Amino acid sequence: MIATVIPFVVGLFCIGVLLNLYRLAIGPDIVDRILALDTLMINCIALIVLADIQMSLGILFEAALLIALMGFIGTVAMTKYLLRGDVIE
Amino acid sequence: MNSSEMPLLLELVIILFMVGGAIVALIGSIGLARLNDFYMRLHGPTKASTLGVGCILVASLLYFSYQKGGVSVQEALITLFLFVTAPVSAHMMAKAALHRKLKCCDQTRAGPPDQ
Repeated sequence: MIATVIPFVVGLFCIGVLLNLYRLAIGPDIVDRILALDTLMINCIALIVLADIQMSLGILFEAALLIALMGFIGTVAMTKYLLRGDVIE
Repeated sequence: MNSSEMPLLLELVIILFMVGGAIVALIGSIGLARLNDFYMRLHGPTKASTLGVGCILVASLLYFSYQKGGVSVQEALITLFLFVTAPVSAHMMAKAALHRKLKCCDQTRAGPPDQ
């Protein structure tokens, strides 16, 4: 029963990813684009975890953890660049 | 796949977590797409997406804990990391938006300083 529900859940997350890409395309300021990228990373983590459950592998959580780490570091680096004009002072 | 051996109640709980998380994350993305100014848009995904992905990860934790016959702590690790880092990145983005003096919507009482 889980295997029949997961495609619908993935569809809901894909609609969310499309809305994030829309905001990433039209975002009036660069901070909107950073926020859209951050939300996109979070939705991608959920999609990877759902693929992990669907294939019942149990090894894709490492990819999800890496994407979470890289998303956080990227967001902090971009906002730090906007705030200071430099990433590492 | 041996999810057919799983008890029905556990399956229902996992499905409830997954569908609830997906709906909450979709509400966050809709808020990101169609709210008016940046300070409102920041409000949507930082709360909703964190709760949505948290629900998905709890479902994954229940599923793999049953399947592997033990407590799988890796998903709890991702959840902990997301819950710690999401407010930090939202705070940094709000600071960057205030630094760039982004325009807020007219009904907002106290906007960014020097506007």
